[in-house]
Parts: sequence; structure tokens; C-alpha cells
Amino acid sequence: MAFHGEPETPELPLARHLRGSRSSRRADRIFTSISLGSGLVVLAVLTGIVVATTTYAWPAIEREGWGFFTGTTWSSASDTYGALPLVYGTIVTSLIALVIAVPMSIGVALFATELCPRRLRGPLVALIDLLAAVPSVVYGLVGLLAFHDVLQRIYRTFAGPSASGSSLLTAGIVVAFMITPVITSITRDVIATVPRPGIDAAWALGATRMEVVRTAILPASAGGITGAVMLGLGRALGETIAVALVVGSSVQITANVTEPGYTMASIIANTFNGEGNLLNQQSLMGLGVVLFAITIIVNVGARVIVDRAQRRLEGTA
Amino acid sequence: MTVTGETTGSRTVDGAFTPLLDAETRADVRIRTVSGRRRFADRAGRTLLWVAVTLTAIPLGAIVIVLIAKGAHVLSWHFFTGDIPAVTGQTTQGCADISEVFRAKYGIDCTPPRPAMGPAILGTLVSTGIAALIAIPLGVLGAVYLNEFSPKGRLARVIRFFSDVMTGVPSIVMGMFIYTVWVVNFGTEGRSAFAAALALACLMLPIVVRTSEEMLRTVPDELRHAGLALGGRRWHGIVRIVLPTALPGLTSGAILAVVRAAGETAPVLFTIGITFTPNASPAGGNTTLAQQIYNGAKSGDPLANELAWGAAITLVSVVFVLTAIARFATSRFTAALEG
Repeated sequence: MAFHGEPETPELPLARHLRGSRSSRRADRIFTSISLGSGLVVLAVLTGIVVATTTYAWPAIEREGWGFFTGTTWSSASDTYGALPLVYGTIVTSLIALVIAVPMSIGVALFATELCPRRLRGPLVALIDLLAAVPSVVYGLVGLLAFHDVLQRIYRTFAGPSASGSSLLTAGIVVAFMITPVITSITRDVIATVPRPGIDAAWALGATRMEVVRTAILPASAGGITGAVMLGLGRALGETIAVALVVGSSVQITANVTEPGYTMASIIANTFNGEGNLLNQQSLMGLGVVLFAITIIVNVGARVIVDRAQRRLEGTA
Repeated sequence: MTVTGETTGSRTVDGAFTPLLDAETRADVRIRTVSGRRRFADRAGRTLLWVAVTLTAIPLGAIVIVLIAKGAHVLSWHFFTGDIPAVTGQTTQGCADISEVFRAKYGIDCTPPRPAMGPAILGTLVSTGIAALIAIPLGVLGAVYLNEFSPKGRLARVIRFFSDVMTGVPSIVMGMFIYTVWVVNFGTEGRSAFAAALALACLMLPIVVRTSEEMLRTVPDELRHAGLALGGRRWHGIVRIVLPTALPGLTSGAILAVVRAAGETAPVLFTIGITFTPNASPAGGNTTLAQQIYNGAKSGDPLANELAWGAAITLVSVVFVLTAIARFATSRFTAALEG
């Protein structure tokens, strides 16, 4: 059996030669350890974030108890920290963003895969890339300094004099443009993995292009698109600087989305500075912890859904 | 009217192209024979897709136009090199009341301050540069572990999953994290380009890990086998064959991560401090273009707004050019490997 399998006798000169010297074997082990260590840094940082921020914020959360989540007053003057209006603002802006961004993203993704003339494909990809590359603060700057007055005039004709150009609605619109590239690119990947036979079958039955989309492509990619939307939601919940500039910075719960509001991430950006009222700083850190937890949950859910959908599609392809 | 080619696929009147020529041809023929209602639905659907694309293009167009209209006239050589002027609002207005004689006598300078961003450009380079030096080696090595040593292992799967999750963590959380572990321990002196770089590195790391892994995956296994067959050790194969082959792809992934970090404001806010004069050192207060845009946008002062517009057009130009370079490199790289 000497010709088959691994040579099990280390005395063979060739085998000894192939095993290499002790130092070269050690070099391999060291290289493996270094790269493993680098990979572990990701886990270390995530753990570090949880431990460090929670420790810093703990006194505030302990003091407020459940009131930290249910209280409706957030004021450093009275040292009361109830995050409900901020949670409300975060959810409202994110929902507005999703309502706008989801149809737009799915439309662009379908356009890219189904309808796009070849000449337009390059510019379309560039458009999505550049939209994603514009820094958050630039969206905020343009939204605040260039479009504030126009939007305010439009809002006031519909929503009365309490409407402001800096509002939950403006923030939602800005965030919608920012998450569109994220949802679009993942949706496009998901659509690209839809198995060909189902699509061909729809064509063969005489479906029009939009009927193919409706009956063959969308049902098969629904899971993946759900995941993509959740990833977009995660981004929307955590969007900070653009929102901080255009949301109006007013701690209130209002049904009128054209009024100023505040979100968790944006109040941190605008008021956290590590100085002054310590309890205020700790409470803001507490908001950061809550924000971190929410985005982790949303992202984990999204990844699980996207992975499962892609594995299923690839399995059937 | 449909032009078909037996091997290349087909192209319909509206230019749509698909390699599956039978399906395309059939669809194109059918569309003339389907009922009016179905044809209308198809047209409506196509129109909606066009509308979606147009709506997506509008914000990008608006941003570019607004930036050029408001920011282009601010730019000058002085803008890129000069110190950031103090934004006080009153000095120049109050000056109008002071007579020429009085100005000359007491040496009062009444020339309005010229907008400049030199220190912020330097600070962006320093903080992003240090962040890149930390995050890119760590990220590429992490990707090497994921793809070369243990592609299917449980630990690799956990790292891969949480790298994906970590890309979704809001960047402001990274800033707060570095604030608690670094700035708190060193006080106000802890705020520096280095502290900001740590926060930016946290942000970049998962991006570098994931893009690098994608690029390593495109390196054909034959090259790895060839290295082993020549008697090379594994690390030889990785350092001499796999990484050089993937280098263009790794570079473009790294550029995209750098672009992302250079434009970030949230992680920098509580970690970098402030400066109005150039500071090339990793220690001591510093500032970035993104931070200056944020400050300038929040202020009601016209000079502050001008500073913000100038900084924004500078930042966006750099970001767009780097993004284009990275995309070009990626497409060349993948085309070369596949072709």
C-alpha cells in the first residue's frame, strides 16, 4: 500500500523533505495564528463595544429604570431622561424612509436586471455607487441649507403653520435616499440568483415581461428582498449626521410628521460632548447602547434571512 | 422588430438585451398579440421602473448641482492651504463703523476673513491614514484566515457573520466606544487624530474583511495547488501567490473602506477635538472636512456656511474620484480573472 495515501513512515527522505524544517513549519503556524488573531479582532471589538458603553451608561439606566424607555421627557435641566420621544422619532423617520426607499429600490433593481439597455448599465451602476458614496454630512448640509425653505413652503400649504422645513418628514426623505443604494444592491444580487427555469417557464407560457417579474421573479426573491429591506431599516435606524442636521432637534411626540422631532442617534451627535452634566452624558451613552442593541438585532435577522434565501435559491438553481 | 443572432443573443427595439434569445424573441412577438389590458399592465410596469430610476437619479443630480452652485466659488489655492478663519460673525460688521484713520492708528484689520480649510484637509489625511494603517492589515489578514485557512470552519462562519453584522452598526456607536475606552482615560488630551483613527478603524475593519474575502475567493484554486505542488509552504503560497494575484481587488476594497471613513462625521465628533491651525501629529486636537461641514451647517453664520460648502465640494470630489478608481480597478480585476 506504499503507493496509496499519505506516506506514514517519516523515515522516508522525500516525506521528511516535504515536511520541511522545524522553523519553516513554525512559520506556517505563526502565520495561521496571526491571521486568526486578526479575524478575532472583529469579535473582540463587538464585545468591547457592548461592555464599555454599557458600563459607562449603567448609572443612568439604573437610575431611570424602565422609565428610561417609557418616559416622555428628555431634559438635562430637570435631569429626567425618558427616551420614548426619541424612540418614536427614530421609528417614524425610519418608516418614512422605508415607504419611499423600498419601492424605489426594488424598481431600480428590477430595472437593472430586466429592463436596462446595455448602454445604460454602466451609468446606472455608477449612479448607485455614487449615491452610496456621498457622505452623510453632505446629505444633511444640502437638505438643511438648500432645501429647508422650499420644503417648509410645501409642507405649510398642506400641514398648517406648525410645519417646519426641518422635520421628521424631511429626515425620512433624506434617509430614504441614503438607504436606497443598500437595498438596491442586495435586491439586485438576490434577483440575479433566481433560478432560470422558473423565469423561462413563465416566458414559455407567454407572459409579458412584467408578468414574468410578478409571477416568477418577485415570489422567488421575496425572502431575500425582505432581508434587504431589513438591512435598509438597520441603516435608517442608525443614520446619524444627516438626520441631526435636518430633523429639527425638538424632543416631542407628534402625529404631524412635518413638525420637528429628534431621533436617538441624532440627539447623541448633537448633545454628547463628554463634558458638563455627567448624568446627561451617561443617558446619551445609554441611548447609544439601546441603538446598538436594536441595530444588532435587526442586522442579525436580516443576515439570517438573506443567507437562507440565497442558499435556497442557489440550492435549486 | 427584433434582430437576432444565433450565438450572441438578441436585442429588441428598446435595446433590452438578453443572452436567452428564444425567450426574448418569443416575448417580443407575444407582446403584439396579448390582450389590451395585459399590454397596458406591462407598459405601466415598465414605466414605473423608469420612474424609480429617475427618482433615484434626482438626489444625486441635486447634490452635485447645489454643491457646484454654492461651493465652487469658495475654492481657491488659499482655501486648501490657509488656516480655518475664526467665525465670530461680529468682527467685520462692527468694523464698518470704525474710520480709516482709527483703523490705521490701532492696526485694526478689517479685511473680511477668507474661507480656508487647510487644517481640516490635513486632519482628514492624518486620521484616515492612521485608520487605514490599522484596519487594512488586520482586515486583509482576517480575510486570509476566513478564506485560506478555514473557509468552512465554525469559527470562520461566526467571524464572517459578525463582520457582516458589524458593517450595520451605526458609526456613532464606534465613536462612543472609543470615547469610553480612550478619551475618558486620557481626558481632553485624549481627543486626537489617533483617537478618531481608532474609531474609524473600527468602522473600516468589517468592510475590509468582507471585501477582501470576496476578492480572495476569486483567486483560482489552481494557483494555490501549484504553489503547494512546488513544495512551498502555505504561508509562502499566500504571501507570494494568492495575495499578489488578488492585489488589485484588495486595493479597490481598501480604497472603498478609506472613502467611507474619510466621509464619516459621527465617529470623529467626540474623539478628535478641534483645531484651527494645521496639526500633522496623531496627538493633540485635530479636525476633519466632515466635522467642519457639520459645524458649518449647524451655524447660522454666512462665513461658516461658506466654509461648509467649500469643504463639502472638496470632500465629495475626492470621494467620487476614489470611488470611480476603486470600481474601475475591481471591474478590471474580475474581468482579468474570469477572462
